Amino acid sequence: MTIGYDLVLEEIPERSRVLDLGCGDGSLLVLLQEQKKVKGYGVEISEEGVGLCVEKGLYCYQADIDEGLCDYKNDSFDYVILNQTIQNTKRPDSVINEVLRIGRKSIVSFPNFAYISTRSYLMFRGSMPVNELLPYEWYESPNIHLLTISDMRKMAEKFFFNIIGEKNFSLSKNGRSRIVKFFPNLLAQYGFFILEKK
Amino acid sequence: MTENNNTGIVETHYFTFGEPPDELLLLHGERLGPVTVAYETYGILNEKKNNAILINHALSGSAHAAGYYSASDKNPGWWDVYIGPGKAFDTEKYYIICSNIIGGCSGSTGPASINPQTGMHYGTDFPQVTISDMVNVQYYLIKHLGIEKLLAVAGGSMGGMQALQWTISYPEMVNSCIAIATAASLSAQGIAFNEVGRQAIFNDPNWSRGVYYDGEFPRAGLSLARMIGHITYLSEKHMHEKFGRNFQSPALDVNDLSSEYMVESYLRHQGIKFVERFDANSYIYITRAIDHFDLKKDFGGDLVAAFENVEANFLVISFTSDWLYPSDRSRDIVRALRVNGKNVNYTDIATDNGHDSFLLPNDITEKYISNFLKNEFRKSIKQAE
Repeated sequence: MTIGYDLVLEEIPERSRVLDLGCGDGSLLVLLQEQKKVKGYGVEISEEGVGLCVEKGLYCYQADIDEGLCDYKNDSFDYVILNQTIQNTKRPDSVINEVLRIGRKSIVSFPNFAYISTRSYLMFRGSMPVNELLPYEWYESPNIHLLTISDMRKMAEKFFFNIIGEKNFSLSKNGRSRIVKFFPNLLAQYGFFILEKK
Repeated sequence: MTENNNTGIVETHYFTFGEPPDELLLLHGERLGPVTVAYETYGILNEKKNNAILINHALSGSAHAAGYYSASDKNPGWWDVYIGPGKAFDTEKYYIICSNIIGGCSGSTGPASINPQTGMHYGTDFPQVTISDMVNVQYYLIKHLGIEKLLAVAGGSMGGMQALQWTISYPEMVNSCIAIATAASLSAQGIAFNEVGRQAIFNDPNWSRGVYYDGEFPRAGLSLARMIGHITYLSEKHMHEKFGRNFQSPALDVNDLSSEYMVESYLRHQGIKFVERFDANSYIYITRAIDHFDLKKDFGGDLVAAFENVEANFLVISFTSDWLYPSDRSRDIVRALRVNGKNVNYTDIATDNGHDSFLLPNDITEKYISNFLKNEFRKSIKQAE
C-alpha cells in the first residue's frame, strides 16, 4: 500500500467518477476500481506511467497537470485526487481552482513541511531537509512548492473552497496510515484534506 | 515476440458488391458500382466473432499488411513488424483484416479500373472519394465477412483518419480504436506538400489529364511526388543521422553538378521504386481525400461534437518528432474525447524517426498496442456476458 491509499479508499464512495492527477503506475485507481467500483481516469506526465496504466487496463493520458485540465466541463468528476502531487505543480493555486471546477470534491494529500523531524532538520542543520518524507536534494527535487497543514488551512480562507474534512496522518511501520489529531501541523507527516468548492 | 513470428504465406482476396442498380452511394452523391475490394486476413475468426480487428492503411499502403506472397518473397506486408504471432496485433489471438481503400490501385476499385459504362479506364472520371467513403466500403466488407462488431479499428496517418471515421460513422460496430500519428484534419502545411506532389504529376506531359493507361505513364511526376512525400515522413534529425553530408560514391566527391549526396540517391530510389507499384491518378485522388478530411468541419466547426456519440475506447499515439501530423493534432482528438467523457489513452512517444515512426519497429508502440488490445478484448468479453 502506498502513501495514503487506505485513507483515499475509505473516503471515496462506491461508483464515483474519479480523476487521479499524477496517477503514476495507476495502482491507486486499480484499488479504487476493485474495491469501490469507481469509474476512474488518470493523468500522468511520464510515458512509463501511462504505459503501466494501459497495461493495467486503465484509461490514462499523458499530460502536464498544470496545462491538461482546462478542457473538462464543470463537475465532470465526483472526486479529483491530488495524492502527493500538488507540491510538484508549477501553480498549485490554479491547479486547485481547476480541480474544484471540474470535480465536486477533491482529496489533496501532501508531505507536511512543518512535521517535527523536517522542522528540526532545518532548525538544527540549517539546510533543506532530506528525509523519508522528502527524499531529494533541493537541486533535484520535484517538490517545487512545499507546504504545511497550516498553509492549506490558510489557503481555504483566501480561495473559494471549504475544507470539509481533514485526515492528517503519519505512516505506521506496516505502511498503514495513522490519523494524527493532536497538533497535526507539528506531528503529522502528511496533510490530508477533503475540499469542496464554496 | 516469439521466435517464429511470421504470418507466413498470405493471399489477397477480392469482394465485389454494388452491382447496378445497387451501386455504392458516395458522400458527394455520386454512385459507383460495381466496387471491388482487395483484402487480406490473418489469424482465425473465433466462434463468437468477437476477435476481429480492421487495419487501415495510409496513403501508399495496400491490403498486404503482413506476411509474404511466396517462399521466395523478400518483402513482407507494410505493417509486418506489428502484425503476426506474438506481435502487437497477435494473429494467435485476433483475426486481422486489412483492405485496400477505394480509389487505390492495389486491387480495389480506383481510377485505373475499367469503367463498365465506357469500357475504358476511369482516369479522372473516377468520382472524388472521401475518407468516409473508404470507411463505408470497408463496412460492406466487414458485413460480408459476417462480423457484427469489430474488436478494434486501427491505423496510422490516413489509416488513423479512417479509424476515427469508423468510430463516428458506425459507433455501435467499433469496440475500440487505435489512432496513431494522425489528425482530425490535415494542416495547411500538409495540404501544401500534397499539392506540390500533385502538381509534379500534373506537369508531367505523360499525365495527359489522367488518360495515360494505354501509353507512357507519368513516371517522372509520380516519382517526384513520392520524393517530396518522403521528405515529410522523416525528421530533420533522423535524415541527417541517416545520410549526413555523405556522398553516394566517395570517389565522386567533387563540387560540380554531377555530385550526388546519399540523401538524393535515397529519395530518387524511393521515387523509382514507387512508380513500379503505384498509379499516379490514385495518388491524386487519395491525397485529395486526405486534404478534404475534416471532422471539425463535418460537425459545424466543433470537434467535440464529432465525438459525442462514439462508443469506442481509444488509444491515441503521437511521436515527438512527427511534424507532418504533429503531437498537438493528436492532443486535439484526445481533448475532444475527454470533454465527452470517453475512455481514452494517450501517449506521445519520444523518437527521432518523424512521421515514419508508425511504420518502424518501436518497443513502446508495440507494448501500448498489445496491452491496450489485451485489455479491450478482456473487457469486451466481460461486457458481453
